[in-house]
Amino acid sequence: MGLRDFTRPMTHHPLSGARSIWAALHIDPFLLVLLLVLLSFGLIVLFSGGDGRIALVKAQSVRIGLALVVMFVFAQLDPSVYRRWAPWLYALGVLALVAVILVGVGAKGAQRWLDLPGLPRFQPSELLKIVVPMTVAWYLSRHFLPPKLSHVALALAMVLVPVALIARQPDLGTSVLVAAAGLFVVFFAGIRWRIISAFFVLVSIAAPLLWFFGMRDYQKQRVLTLLDPESDPLGAGWNIMQSKTAIGSGGWSGKGWMQGTQSHLEFLPESHTDFIVAVLAEEFGFVGIFALMSLYLLILLRCLYIAVNAQDSFSRLLAGALSMTFFIYVFVNVGMVSGLLPVVGVPLPLISYGGTSIVTLMAAFGILMSIHTHRRMIAA
Amino acid sequence: MPWGEFKDTVAERRIFQHRTLVALLLLFVMMGLLMARMYYLQVVQHDTYTTLSDKNRVQVQSVAPTRGLIYDRNDVLLAENRPVFNVTIVPERVADISQTLSDLQAILNISEEDLDRFRGRLLEPRRPFQEIPLRYDLTEQEIASMAVHRHNLPGVEVNAELVRYYPYSELTSHALGYVGRINRDELQRIDPVNYAGTNYIGKSGIERFYEQALHGKVGYQHVETNARGRTLRVLERESPVPGEDIRLHLDIRLQQYAHDLLDGRRGAIVAIEPKTGGVLALASVPGFDANLFVTGIGVEAYRELNESLDKPLFNRALRGQYPPGSTIKPMLAIAALDSGSTTRDREIWDPGYFQLKPTGRRFRDWKRGGHGWVNLKDAVEQSCDIYFYDAGVRMGVDVMHDYLSKFGFGEETSLDISGALSGLVPSREWKRAHRNEPWYPGDSVNMSIGQGFNLATPLQLATGTAVLANRGVWNQPRLLAEILGDHDFEEGLFGEEREDIVLKDPATWTFGIEAMEAVMHGAKGTARGAAGDAPYRMAGKTGTAQVFSLAEDEEYDEEEVRERLRDHALFIGFAPVEDPAIAVAVIVENGGSGSGTAAPVARAIFDAWLLGFPAADEPVLVESNPEAGE
Repeated sequence: MGLRDFTRPMTHHPLSGARSIWAALHIDPFLLVLLLVLLSFGLIVLFSGGDGRIALVKAQSVRIGLALVVMFVFAQLDPSVYRRWAPWLYALGVLALVAVILVGVGAKGAQRWLDLPGLPRFQPSELLKIVVPMTVAWYLSRHFLPPKLSHVALALAMVLVPVALIARQPDLGTSVLVAAAGLFVVFFAGIRWRIISAFFVLVSIAAPLLWFFGMRDYQKQRVLTLLDPESDPLGAGWNIMQSKTAIGSGGWSGKGWMQGTQSHLEFLPESHTDFIVAVLAEEFGFVGIFALMSLYLLILLRCLYIAVNAQDSFSRLLAGALSMTFFIYVFVNVGMVSGLLPVVGVPLPLISYGGTSIVTLMAAFGILMSIHTHRRMIAA
Repeated sequence: MPWGEFKDTVAERRIFQHRTLVALLLLFVMMGLLMARMYYLQVVQHDTYTTLSDKNRVQVQSVAPTRGLIYDRNDVLLAENRPVFNVTIVPERVADISQTLSDLQAILNISEEDLDRFRGRLLEPRRPFQEIPLRYDLTEQEIASMAVHRHNLPGVEVNAELVRYYPYSELTSHALGYVGRINRDELQRIDPVNYAGTNYIGKSGIERFYEQALHGKVGYQHVETNARGRTLRVLERESPVPGEDIRLHLDIRLQQYAHDLLDGRRGAIVAIEPKTGGVLALASVPGFDANLFVTGIGVEAYRELNESLDKPLFNRALRGQYPPGSTIKPMLAIAALDSGSTTRDREIWDPGYFQLKPTGRRFRDWKRGGHGWVNLKDAVEQSCDIYFYDAGVRMGVDVMHDYLSKFGFGEETSLDISGALSGLVPSREWKRAHRNEPWYPGDSVNMSIGQGFNLATPLQLATGTAVLANRGVWNQPRLLAEILGDHDFEEGLFGEEREDIVLKDPATWTFGIEAMEAVMHGAKGTARGAAGDAPYRMAGKTGTAQVFSLAEDEEYDEEEVRERLRDHALFIGFAPVEDPAIAVAVIVENGGSGSGTAAPVARAIFDAWLLGFPAADEPVLVESNPEAGE
C-alpha cells in the first residue's frame, strides 16, 4: 500500500556498467572504504587505549568481522522489507524493553540486558536505535508530507514510549540517541519550524521538571560535576579532569602512539571504551583529532548523499535520520569527553571497545547501502 | 493512504533536500564546535594541561640518606642498617580503608596492635599522600604473597627501607642508645626538609648526640607514578649524602666482658682510658634489646620491660645515682692534705665510733671495735670511717664540696654522653635551698664517708678515678673517638675543657695513689683479696652504699635482710699504677660489700684489659669473698 504502488520495478538493471559488481553485492564501495579506514584507525587507537593488550584488539576484530557480516546481510534486503516489517519490529522492541524492566539483568544499578533462554544475551535498546526511526519513517511516509500536526503528535508518541522505557533502565546515553533518531525523522519529514520552535520552548520547560523528578542522583551528579569538575578533583570530577588533561597535553601532534601518559599510567578512566577519543587526542594530538573528524565528516557526507538520492520518502527519512544519529553519536561522545556535555555513557562510534554498538551501527550502514543499491527508475 | 490522493513526490523530495541542507548546516556548526573545543584544549590550553599531566605522573620523592655506621675502637660494627620490608598504605589512594585492611589481613599476619597503631597514625596530622606504615619487617613469604596480590590493592605498597640494627643488641643498648620512629614532638624540632624522607631519629645515647652527623643529607628523586601511586621509574635523581660513620672509644670485647661479669646481677661498670677520657666500656646490666624499639615496640613487650624489677630500661651507668660511700675517700684524703686539715703522719685513735661531743651521737665505724691508731694512709687502706669523720669535720662542708666538685662530682662532665645525670655534692646553700635547714656538723660527718646526701653515678666515679689516676689532669669522658670522613663536624663540637686540678704539693697525688695501691696490695688493704698475685700493680678503693639507713647502734644481719635491701657494692680503681691505662668504676646493686663483690669484678676487667681477654670458653665467674672487710 505504499509508494511501491506508483513505481514500476526495474530491478537487476545496472545503473552503470562499472559499478555492476558492487551493485550486485548491494555494497556502496565509498562508504565501505571509509568505514574500513575508520575501523582500522580505531583498532590502532584501541591497542594503545587498552594498554597494549592484544587480546582486546583480537576480540574487537572478531566483533568488527561479525558487524561487517551484519552490514552485508542488511544491505541485501530491499528497503520495502524494512518498511513492511517496521511496525512489527517496533512492537517487538517495545515489548522487549518492557521485558527488560521486568526480567532484565545488568550491573551498577542499571538493568539493560535481556538474557532469554535460547537467545544470546542482548540489549534491546540497541535495536530501537534503528527500529524507532524506521517506524516513524514508515508512519510518516504513509501520509502526505509535510506531516499534519496530529501525525507529528503520534510520531512523537512513538518516539517517546521507547525513550522513556530506556531512560528508566537507566541508560541516558541510549535514550538520547533513540530520541535523536526518531526526532530527525520528524525533522526530515518537513515538520513546520513553528512546531520545532514550540518544541524547544516545551523542552526548556520540561528540562527543570526532568531534573527534579526524572533523573537519578548519579545522573544529576554527572551534570553538576560537568559544570565544575575542579570542585571535586578526586571524586566525581576526576574523569572529566583527567580526560581534558589527556586531550590538552596532546597538543598539536600528540605524544606519539603508545606514549600517552594519561592513559598508560591509568589516570584516564575507561580509556578503551567511552573515553578512547582522549587517548587518540593525547597520542595523535590535534592532527589526529582532525583526521578522525574528517573521516566522520566524509562518512556523514556520503550518508547524506545517499539519503538525498533515495527514491522514496521512507528511504529518505530513514537514511537521513540514521546519518544524523550517527553524527549525534560522535558529537555526544566527543562532547562529553572534552567536557562540553555531561558524561552520559555514549561510546565513540566504531572505535570504542564493545560489540553491541558496532553491530547496530554497521546494521544501520547496511540499511543505508541497501537504500542506495536498491534504487529503481521511477516510472514518472 | 486513502485511494485518490496523490503524493507529490517532487515536493516531498524538495522538502527533504531543504531539510538536508539545514541538517548539513547543523552538522558543520556542531562539528566546528567540537573542533573549536579541541583546538582550545590542545593548542590554546596546551601548556596548562601539559603541566597537569606532568603533575599527575611525576612525583618528587625525598630519599632518606643512609644513616652513618657506628664502630667500636677495633672497627667492630656496633650499629648497622638492615633492609626491612614494610607494608604501607596511602589513605588518599584507598577507596575503602576497612575493606583494604581486611583484605590485607587475609594475606598478612596483622596483629591488633598493628591495627591500633595504624588507626592512631591515621588520625594524626600528616603530610598529604604520606604513606602510613601498617606492618613492619615482612617475612620472605609475606613479601611473596604481597607481590601476588598487590595489583588488587591500590594505595598499598611494600616498601624496603634501611632500618637500624644493633648486632650486639643488649650489650650496646645503654652505651649507644637507639633510634626510633620520629614522634610528634621531634617533628616540631627537626628540619622538615632534611628529614622529609627519614622515618627514624636518634632517641638516646650516641644515636641522639651525633644525630646530625649520623643522619646525613636528604636526596631527591623525580619518579613517574601511575594513577594508583605506584612508582614506575625514576626520571631524575639527586643522591642523598649518607651520614658519617663514627668510631667510638668503646671496646665491644670489654663491654661484653663487663656484661658477663655482672650477668645475673644488677649493676654497672664504666671503664675509662685516663689519657684520653675515652669510654672503654659503659655497661648497665641488665640491658635490653634496643632493636625492639627501632620499629616501635609492642605495648605488651614494653610493659614487661618497664615493669621488670630489674629495670632493664634504666641506664644505671649514667642515671643511677648512688651514695658513693667509701669510694670517695681517696679524693677526700687528697682534699684533707691539700687543704691542710690533716697531715700524712697525724694519727688518731679509732675506738669504733666517733662523737662530735663527748655525749653526742655515736657515728659508728664499719668495723666493730675500731682500727685502733690510724694515720691517713691506713685510713684509706683499711677504709677507716673514724679518721674521715674527724677529717670531714676539720675540713668542713665547704672544703669537701670544693674538692669533690673539682673531681667532677655534682656535675655532668661528659662531652657526648647524653642523658647522664649530675649526682649531688651537698653544700650549705643546697641544704638551705632544698631542706630549708642549716648545715650541721653531723652532715659533714656523713658526707666524709660518702653517705648522707652524696650521690654519684658510676660514670662520675669512673671519671673522678681517671682524674686522680692522671694526677689532676682532666680528660672529659667521651664515647666518640673520631668521625670517619667529615672532620669539620668534630671541630667546635665540644665546649671548653675543664680546668685541671692543681694541688699545692704535687706529691699529694703520689700519696693518694699510694694509699689506693695499699688498698689492693697492702697487708691490711680492704681489697687485697681481689688483687691477689696480679703481675701488675693496681690502685683502688672499695665502697658500700647503704640502701636504707640503720638507726644508731642497731645491728643488722645481712642474711636476714631481703636481697634487694642489701647494700650496694662499689669499687673504683685504675691500673697499672705506674702508667694508668684503665680507670674503672663498678657498682653491684645489693651486692653486699665492695671488697667482696665489686673489687673482684674490677680485677677481672683490669686483667682482661692489661693481660688479654680470656678465651671464650673460660668461665667468667668472679668469686665473692665474704670475709673481706667493709
